[in-house]
Amino acid sequence: MINKKVQNVEQALHDIKDGMTIMLGGFGLCGIPENCITELVNKGTTDLTCISNNAGVDDFGLGLLLHKRQIKKMISSYVGENAEFERQMLSGELEVELTPQGTLAEKCRAAQAGIPAFYTPAGYGTEVAEGKEAREFNGKMHIMEEAYKADAAIVKAWKGDEAGNLIFKGTARNFNACMAGAAKITIAEVEELVPVGTLDPNQIHIPGIFVQRIFQGEKYEKRIEQRTVRQRS
Amino acid sequence: MALGKEQIAKRIAKEVKDGYFVNLGIGIPTLVANYVRHDISVEFQSENGVLGMGPFPFEGEEDADVINAGKQTITTLPGASFFDSATSFGMIRAQKVDLTILGAMEVSENGDIANWKIPGKMVKGMGGAMDLVASAENIIVAMMHVNKAGESKLLKRCSLPLTGVGCVKKVVTELAVLEIVPEGFKLLERAPGVTVEDIKNATEGNLIIEGDIPEMIID
Repeated sequence: MINKKVQNVEQALHDIKDGMTIMLGGFGLCGIPENCITELVNKGTTDLTCISNNAGVDDFGLGLLLHKRQIKKMISSYVGENAEFERQMLSGELEVELTPQGTLAEKCRAAQAGIPAFYTPAGYGTEVAEGKEAREFNGKMHIMEEAYKADAAIVKAWKGDEAGNLIFKGTARNFNACMAGAAKITIAEVEELVPVGTLDPNQIHIPGIFVQRIFQGEKYEKRIEQRTVRQRS
Repeated sequence: MALGKEQIAKRIAKEVKDGYFVNLGIGIPTLVANYVRHDISVEFQSENGVLGMGPFPFEGEEDADVINAGKQTITTLPGASFFDSATSFGMIRAQKVDLTILGAMEVSENGDIANWKIPGKMVKGMGGAMDLVASAENIIVAMMHVNKAGESKLLKRCSLPLTGVGCVKKVVTELAVLEIVPEGFKLLERAPGVTVEDIKNATEGNLIIEGDIPEMIID
């Protein structure tokens, strides 16, 4: 077993530097690497290009990094629910690349799988297709999209072991599972870090080979963006 | 009488058939789940990575790790599954999802749809909409026929940046049910009390009227 465990978030992110391109897992605020985001805020790492489906909300998630102007460019599919983001984008302070969600996921997966590019019908005939190769397959038009090239992928899982094996819970799997192994290094924070041999190999979602560093997050707020309930009748 | 949002959702629910996997967008489409017949088997897919979505949780039972694409807390039904985003859009692109219901700001008579950007005013992003409309065989749009200024949103050509081209099959509005055919918007049904003339006046794109147009039945 190759031990991937690091003691804390500071060690996990010690070589994350200004100007890097970083993938961050999560959908909305669900499954975001909360502890790593807090550490990036504390470290003051700046000029970041962040690949993340969303940009957090004003006071949580990637919104914290936006607030401190640590992000130079955001690559996302949906960036609503964040007033500071909108302000920085409209004023030109923040560069934004909007990508269809399935394309964003596949650009991560392609990087994870060693595939340089792929064709998708998503975005054909729209401004997303501008400057991209278009090609017909089976009578339908597709555009070519390239795999992301990122310096680091920062993901969050429910459980993990010292070998870097990951198990996700619920819809928190989202982009975390696509980003693990899709960058030069992958850092995983988990709610519960267990010794090797504890997790059933049949139940592993992401094999440890995709993860270089793993640690147990100190604190998880797990904020809910749209708390929606029904009445008991 | 023009329909309310709940009534539009009720009408669209009639399009959901036994054995369908259905993806519901944010807004009126989400309401459709409330009106699907109970005697048929349907599974709802949410593109953030769940199949077999159930109703919203009871208060106190919300789980931050179980949400839908609108970021709302949800529950799952027996037989449900969770998966990653690439797998989720894989099932969408590979047309495993039978019906996609989503909202729109504009639809054109050739089936183009615009729903993600108003240049200079609103840029929230397309989310999964471009993937959904590019791949789905069966797309129903739930939308208002006219905007707040009374101008038609069913156009000859969309004025806003497109989400997809030639993809919309059916449109349900507060006034009518329309099918997109090669010649334009074919009027299928009108809302109770709404006249064909009302619908003509509210539709900028080519409207095709053949024979008597029945009133929608909404129970």
